[in-house]
Amino acid sequence: MISVFDVIGPNMIGPSSSHTAGALRIALMAKNLVSVPIEEVEFILYGSFAKTYKGHGTDKALLAGILRMNTEDEHIKDALEIAKSKGLKYKFTIDESPINSHPNTVKIIINKNVSVVGESIGGGNIKIIEINNIKVEFTGEYSTLIVKQYDKKGVLAHITHCLSEYEINIAFLKLYREEKGQKAYTVIEADQKINSDVIDEIKQNQFIIDVNLIEVK
Amino acid sequence: MEFKNANQLTEICSNNNIPISEAMIQCEMFISQKSREEIISQMTHSYNIMKKSVYRALSEDLKSIGGLIGGEAKKILNRGKNNKSVCGTLMNKAIGYAMGVLEVNTSMGLIVAAPTAGASGVIPGVFIALQEEFNFTDETMTKMLFNAGAIGYLITRNATVSGAEGGCQAEVGSASAMAASAIIELMDGDVQKCLDASSTALANILGLVCDPIAGLVEVPCQKRNALGASNAMISAEITLSGIVNRVPFDEMVTAMYNVGRSLPFELRETALGGIAATPTGCRLCKSIL
Repeated sequence: MISVFDVIGPNMIGPSSSHTAGALRIALMAKNLVSVPIEEVEFILYGSFAKTYKGHGTDKALLAGILRMNTEDEHIKDALEIAKSKGLKYKFTIDESPINSHPNTVKIIINKNVSVVGESIGGGNIKIIEINNIKVEFTGEYSTLIVKQYDKKGVLAHITHCLSEYEINIAFLKLYREEKGQKAYTVIEADQKINSDVIDEIKQNQFIIDVNLIEVK
Repeated sequence: MEFKNANQLTEICSNNNIPISEAMIQCEMFISQKSREEIISQMTHSYNIMKKSVYRALSEDLKSIGGLIGGEAKKILNRGKNNKSVCGTLMNKAIGYAMGVLEVNTSMGLIVAAPTAGASGVIPGVFIALQEEFNFTDETMTKMLFNAGAIGYLITRNATVSGAEGGCQAEVGSASAMAASAIIELMDGDVQKCLDASSTALANILGLVCDPIAGLVEVPCQKRNALGASNAMISAEITLSGIVNRVPFDEMVTAMYNVGRSLPFELRETALGGIAATPTGCRLCKSIL
């Protein structure tokens, strides 16, 4: 359903909802997936991002997302300087090879060991399509829980049990894995806000590696 | 209180004897489950951002990222001050303010995308010029944003406001139609006149392509925001004079959508056609990117 504030809005830092606001939101989601302090980040830009990122301030917006700014923050344009002053190392790499995904695509590599691929699909809306080389798909429209786990029996049952105990209704749930018995991700999009108690309880299971919550909107 | 097209909106307004702005407020309360106070305070916040963006362009020296625009609002307003404006004070302000918001947008300042960032100058241009010249209160202007929002809501539901999908007619054209309807309610015109003015505004810009140089929201976008603001005022004036509108709003929205979808790919925000593809457009593109 469309809200009047989708039409008179969003309130945003220009110049482009897809190249600026959307880029920031992808980076913010990537940042939320990492529980440790971020020391360095590399952005690999594809498609239209690769061609026009400077003219649209996409580089500043991406870094602003890593720095936890929101799309209304007037300091986005100073993101490069703010990152430098905080000692955050950053690098932009242009990859102009043809891509299969949406023209506005970026791969974000944090601390050399976490990678997230996102697409800015228009009007500031986004889609995360890959985490650590595993294909996923979610938009951040809902409260989204990303559980990193080992592919063992009973893990999913444990997660859903915890959620139902806290009366959280699951809107969408998907399980993604590398290969049988290896690392896997469960992505849960929920109707209600998810609090830290639920997350702590989910972490109790021995096969759960990490749990991250993404609430962007 | 939901409405899917202008017919349903008209029916809601006449059954309850309310203006379009009120119908939109009630629809939003229903959709979002928020209180009237919350919704109005959120819109007041949006109007404050619009005002700030206009005044920033008049008081600061803003430099766009691509370097193709900057300082235009001040030049236009300065010209208006010596009473020689060929547009008159009201129109001079409306176009100057509209262009100013695009300066803020392209220098990474805060704007309200209404309905998009590329067309973000039209509504603030018209609204703030009218408020200053006719001394309307902030409260009244904020209410009129709901009227404009209702028109944008109908176009988003039944067509598109995206340049990549429907060309500039869908961005600046929609913003212009939204502003035209708001002017009518502001001037005490009835619901039918609001829709007639919107339909006229869309008709006047029908077919306008999206062809930004280097893909940036600078040239020709900034001047087209001035066009959108003046077109809203022209369309409102025509309607308020009692001149008949032949094609109803819903049909005009469909026409705009069909025209948009038949525009070639090169003329929908790809920077491959129109002004972007001129030798000068290509040269500027190479020097920027």
